[in-house]
Formats: sequence, C-alpha cells, structure tokens
Amino acid sequence: MLEIRDITKIYNPGTVTEQCLFRDFSLTVPDGQFVSIVGSNGSGKTSLLNIICGSIPTDGGDVLVDGKSIARQKDYQRYAAMGRVYQDPAAGTCPNLTMLENLSLADNKGRSFGLGRGVNKKRRDFYRQQLQSLGLGLEDKLDVKMGALSGGQRQAVALLMATLTPLRFLILDEHTAALDPKTAEVIMELTDRVVREKQLTAMMVTHNLRYAAEYGDRILMMSRGHVVMDRSGAEKAATSMDDILDMFNRISLECGA
Amino acid sequence: MLDLLISTLTQGLIYALISFGVYITYSILDFPDLGVDGTFPLGAAVTAVLLTRGADPWATLAASLAVGALAGLLTGVIHVALRVRNLLAGIITMTALFSINLQIAGSNLTVDRGTDTIFTAPLTMSLFGGLTLMQRKLVVSLILVVLVKVLLDLYFRTKSGLLLRAVGDNAGLVTTLAKNRGVVKVVGLMLSNALVALGGCIVCHEQRSFSATMGTGQLVYGLAAVIIGVSLMNFYAASPLARAMRGAGALRYLATPAGTTAVIAGSILYKICIQAALNAGLPANMMKLATAALFLLVLVLSGRKGEAIIHA
Repeated sequence: MLEIRDITKIYNPGTVTEQCLFRDFSLTVPDGQFVSIVGSNGSGKTSLLNIICGSIPTDGGDVLVDGKSIARQKDYQRYAAMGRVYQDPAAGTCPNLTMLENLSLADNKGRSFGLGRGVNKKRRDFYRQQLQSLGLGLEDKLDVKMGALSGGQRQAVALLMATLTPLRFLILDEHTAALDPKTAEVIMELTDRVVREKQLTAMMVTHNLRYAAEYGDRILMMSRGHVVMDRSGAEKAATSMDDILDMFNRISLECGA
Repeated sequence: MLDLLISTLTQGLIYALISFGVYITYSILDFPDLGVDGTFPLGAAVTAVLLTRGADPWATLAASLAVGALAGLLTGVIHVALRVRNLLAGIITMTALFSINLQIAGSNLTVDRGTDTIFTAPLTMSLFGGLTLMQRKLVVSLILVVLVKVLLDLYFRTKSGLLLRAVGDNAGLVTTLAKNRGVVKVVGLMLSNALVALGGCIVCHEQRSFSATMGTGQLVYGLAAVIIGVSLMNFYAASPLARAMRGAGALRYLATPAGTTAVIAGSILYKICIQAALNAGLPANMMKLATAALFLLVLVLSGRKGEAIIHA
C-alpha cells in the first residue's frame, strides 16, 4: 500500500512568487491498483509523482509504503522498488549505448555494478524474446544505438527496461504524450498488459482523457492541489470520457481559464 | 630528423595518458574537469620526490595513480557532496593543488642523471638494453599506453564501466536503476585523475624534472587530442572504406575503432602539429599561444565548438 499523508508543498517559499501547491494533501493507493491521474497544467499531477519518487523535497508530511515512512530515503533508494517512464522518450534510455547495453543495465538493477561483464551474452535470447513480445520489430536491433531509434521505439524499450526486474510501483509521467496517436495506443496497451501481468501498483499521469477512462481501475482528477474527482471500481468503470470532460470543463471555468 | 620523429611520437604517446583522463571526464562523464592542470603536476611532483629519495622507479607509477585518484576524489566530493558546479569544483582543486604540489616537491625539482628512471631501470635495460635511450623511451611509452588502453577498454565493458558511460549519457536513468549517480561520478573522476597523474609521472621520468607551472594548458592539450581523435574516428567510421570492412568478417573490428584508440591517434597528431610549428621557427615562448590557436582551429573545423562528445 502506498500512502501520501498530509503533504505540504510550497514553491518559491518566502518570495513574491510563493505558491502553495499542496496543503495537507493525502492519498492512499492500495496494492495492485492502476490509477489514472488527469488535471490541467499546474494542478499538481507531476509534482505528486515527484514527491512519491523523492525527486523534489516537500515542506511537511510523509510518504509511506506498507505503513513505513520512506520520506527520508533518497530518490535512488526509492527506485529499488519503483520503475518510472517519463514523457520524453529520450529520458528512459541511454542514447549512446546500444539497446543490448541498455537492457543489460536495466537487467542488473538491484544487484551490484562491479567488474563483471557488463553484457551477458546468454541473456540475448531472453531480451530478443521480450522485444518480440512488444511487436515493434525491435528484436533485430539489439546492437543498434538507442539514439538511432524512433521516439515510440525508445519509449517501448524504456517501458520494458523500467519493468524488467521485479518491482512494485510503476510511475508513468505522461508517457504517451510525445508519441503519435498510433504509437501512443501501442504503448498504452503494452503498459496495461505489463501492469496486469506483473500485478503492479501503477500511477499514470495523462492528458489523454480517453486513456484515463479506458485504462486503470481508478481515476483521479486534480485541480490546484486538490482531488476533485476520485472514482474507482464499478463507479470508475461506469465513468465515460464525456463525464470526465464535463468535470474537466467545470474546473477550468472555476479557474477562469 | 628520425630522432625528432621518435621524440615527437614518444611525447604523443605519453600525453595520450593525460588525454585518456580527459576523455573519461569530458567525453564519457560530460564533466569539464579543470582539475587536470593541477593533477598533472601532482603526479610529476610525487614522482620527482620519490625518485630523488631513491624509490624504485616503477613504484612511482603506483604512487602517482593513487595521489591522482585522491585529487579526483576531492573534485568529486566538492561537486557531489557540497553541490558546487562541476567547472568550479575543478578550479578549486586545481588552485589548491598548485600549493600542495609545491609543498610536496619543496620547489622546482630536477632528477639527476645518476638516478634510474623507468627508461633506465634494470628491468627495462634487461629487455631493451640494446636500444638507445631515445628508442627505449618510445618502446616503454608505447607498452605503457597500450597496456592502459587495453585495461580501459576492458573496464568500459564491465558492469561498473557500463554504469559510468550511462551516467554521462543519461544521469536520470542511473537514478532509476537505484544507483547513486554521485558515487558513479566520483569513481569516474578518480579514474580520470589517476590517469592524468600517471601522465605527469611519466613526463617527469622522461624530462627528469618537475616544475610548478608544468600543468598549465594540459587540459587544453587533452581536450584537443580527444576532439581531434574522436572527430577523425567519426569521419573514418562513416567512410566507404570502413563501411566495406564492416561487412568483411574479421576486418570489421578495424572498421569501428575504440574511443581510446582515437584518443591515442589524436594525441600523437596534436603533438606532431605543435612540433611542426616549433620547427617552422616558432619561439618556445609562443608555444601555449600556438596550442590555444590550434585548439580553436580544431574546434571550429570539427564543428563541435566544445559541446559534449560522447564516445562511440
């Protein structure tokens, strides 16, 4: 269980541009839940993910996993149990390393990076098989540098890398936003499959309301640091894209946008 | 003329060690480490002191590697733990080392003719005693540089080496691999500075002296060597010849030279250019100016202008 308890986050404290994003914000995500998070720019979606991952400091409150605080853990320590895919397809892989080298790095997560061989040739077939299951024809490009692949291909590999080793939490930060509609669809389906197969607890920020409606078993809509819509289970299943759009328009009007 | 060629080649090889260090920070870590100008004389200072005190010439190699790694550790801790910008962290180390180097050596030092260096040590004489001193310098430098190159190439293929390459390429990814990127950077800085100090050590053996100002311009030298080497390698790798070889079985290894090979080639070529300028009548006082001008020329011609060049 992932718990965010009474989080306060103030940007630029003590200056004229001081802005309080969260004040005593709380959220509980049970194990195995796939949460879609929508909301306008500046509503706190990405800040929420960054707080969970330890990428930004907070001004109070706690983040807990199974009731134990992880607030004092550094970002890299938290990633021992987490995987993350970013909006920018270049962020999830090393462009100047080959796909094989990238996958080898991801495959070694959780173990020590010592003087053993960086690339294990015996794992080649396993990687090929994993890549084949993506259905993007990437299995023959193991020796190609990541930078030479398209954004969609890189994002697919980034998703594979983030979930290659055992993990509990998958953090998806608008991970289909930079892709063309067809590739975005492919990545979204892959995401859903991997979350189900590995029974991950996933939090996905998206601007695509249809994805938010179709995927996941809980939807959160955020506005100015508050949750304005929170539906899960049957209630979520009954929520259509139009319902989400209605709500979205309403909060946008309140903001005067 | 032949003597000049041999001595220029020797210089190019020895300075390739420094260029390896610069290659690790600048190309792989994407960390412009100005500490090089202090670490290079640090290696020479320690070597000069040990040699004049009668230490085994080979022991100075280990000693300079160790002190160089410490200097890298200093830059790394200033940058990672104290969060000082990379450029400034290097400048602080460089400035501090200027005094430390003088403290170690006392003053500018000369190693007298009677003291054995690695070029006159018993082991060297038993292997290459039939050669002249100049030829021995070339052979010993060549062996050292090839040895370091092979070890580096092997290291880059280890898990640790892969992580080092990853941190310069995409530091954020290293974090999501649950590894502390700061530690990885410090390891890279220690390795780089160890090699730079080793370069200073061999230069001290070669010219039998240490001077406090011998570090000035070494970073520029290393950068120029790296950029010339890597540019040439990219040019070569895209050429029809290399492309043809890639499809030709065993020859394909020649088609994509390692970054370290490129650095050696760049270092030798740069020394040749500078030597040519000196031969053409350039006064020795103007050498740093020529070095800087040549570096600028290389930057402009390579079209890189100094942005990060990540190794192949």
